[in-house]
Amino acid sequence: MKIAVLVKQVPGSESPLSIADNNIWLDEEKVAYIMNESDNYALEEALLLKEGTQDCEVVVVSLGPERVKKIIREGLAKGADRGIHLNINSNDLTDPLSIAKIFADALKSENFDLILSGLQSDDLGHGQTGIIIGELLNMSTGSLAVSTKLDGNQIAIKQELEAGFFQNVRMTLPASITIQSGLNTPRYPSLKGIMGAKKKEIKTLDIDSLDQSLKISKLYLPSSSNEITMIDGSSDQIVESLVKVFKSEIKI
Amino acid sequence: MNILVVLEDNNGAIHRMSLEAIVAAQEISLKLKSNITVLAMGKNADALALEASKYELNEILKINSSSLNGYSSDGYAIAIEQIILENDFRYVFFGHTYQVRDYVPKISAKLMRPFLADNIKMSTSDGSIEFTKQTFNAKLLADIQTSDSGVYLVSFQSASFSSDDLRSGSSEIKKIDIEIDETQIKNTYEEPFQESAGGVDLTSADIIVSVGRGIGEADNISIAKDLALALGGQLSSSRPVVDAGWLSPDHQVGSSGQSVSPKLYLALGISGAIQHVVGMKGSKNIVAINKDPEAPIFEIANYGIVGDIFEIVPKLIESLK
Repeated sequence: MKIAVLVKQVPGSESPLSIADNNIWLDEEKVAYIMNESDNYALEEALLLKEGTQDCEVVVVSLGPERVKKIIREGLAKGADRGIHLNINSNDLTDPLSIAKIFADALKSENFDLILSGLQSDDLGHGQTGIIIGELLNMSTGSLAVSTKLDGNQIAIKQELEAGFFQNVRMTLPASITIQSGLNTPRYPSLKGIMGAKKKEIKTLDIDSLDQSLKISKLYLPSSSNEITMIDGSSDQIVESLVKVFKSEIKI
Repeated sequence: MNILVVLEDNNGAIHRMSLEAIVAAQEISLKLKSNITVLAMGKNADALALEASKYELNEILKINSSSLNGYSSDGYAIAIEQIILENDFRYVFFGHTYQVRDYVPKISAKLMRPFLADNIKMSTSDGSIEFTKQTFNAKLLADIQTSDSGVYLVSFQSASFSSDDLRSGSSEIKKIDIEIDETQIKNTYEEPFQESAGGVDLTSADIIVSVGRGIGEADNISIAKDLALALGGQLSSSRPVVDAGWLSPDHQVGSSGQSVSPKLYLALGISGAIQHVVGMKGSKNIVAINKDPEAPIFEIANYGIVGDIFEIVPKLIESLK
């Protein structure tokens, strides 16, 4: 059984987000990158499936410039068997459709049984790439999985719906599934894993520039259209003001 | 210019977010010359079409196909792809629901046309629409233009438009037939279900004290519990607190959890990520305390405090006694 995990490198939640002079992307020099959070959950889910399955290979795949090799190595250190780096010298990949096409074209010949990816990325958050890839490769697709269970040539997922509802879905393999955060506890790489990762293969495929139909024309800070009242001062002053607001403004 | 709005079924009624998508289409038709078509499908197509007929629209298309009686991502994607190919729509509008997230990317792949998802605003220029979405966990906004010829799939975030603004009228229902090859439907779906109700009903609470990642660890939640008690309110949280196991899932406020609109929503250490905000933006008064002055929660809060919740909350509890 072959499982691909698609991981994206995104700015960490504490990273500065300064906008580049062109006003359409970030100034990448200042960004602190990490593996996208829900992709990390997808990776853990793949590793758990591997542990429960005979003869199973987990391949970590990422698209981006040289720096994304870091998160591929992280995946290898955690237990993935090999990596694929789709190397593109571009900093503003904004179009999920063309991104998905790159993945689909590159991975087609590998004939993965399962492709797992996070439900959305913490940068642009389009939330589509894994599903589009599945559709392009004529796989069954499912989203927002909060549990997965392999069963012969099928996989059963529990899909999260709104407002506390869930739905059980049976899918035929091959399948591409997007994974919801929180469904498992992602492992930390062991020292042995980190050392072992250095010997694992990372295949690099060079990708030409891509033709994007979804482009950002402007990236900017929200202006406070909302009239917020900031309460400041010492903690004692803040508390005093807040109690006043509760009593006279909010009336509770 | 022709706009299609796809209606989602909410137990026989048009889903609120589909109504909001109709409002978006009606707004566009005031600014750019356009026709609005809505699509009703699924087991309740008749009811959805009937409900739609009281709004100001140009046409209602209704599909009664047994292959679509139960939701399937393949079935819905195949049906809508066919409708798009047989007509000349410039934009197809959806509410950004979990169902839409599940099947619309498949339509994007089938048509090789972009899906602009989860937009909060739009503006018109040069005969086309520019959409705005939140990015980087709502810290930045991105404008996206739609100047290609060719259809654009578009979804709107909950409450970006209001169903209060629906314009009424009347329109004809047109029944259409489509071909669905059932062998193309690859998944089998069971009935949706809720997990055991935990007894925390936040939807009727007047006052909610809510904790996010900033609470740090499970043991610290007691200060929020005490504050809720002192205020006579309920305790809730954002998703990461539930994922970490610090509170049970029935405490979760957000798109996957409960939607609340209390008189006071006190957000402690909550950054204001999109999936949480859609669950509480209807609150009458939002007070946010966060140590990060750039936290997106301050975009929607009425009162904001940049400070340390561990200093402020205990003093607040004392003051309230």
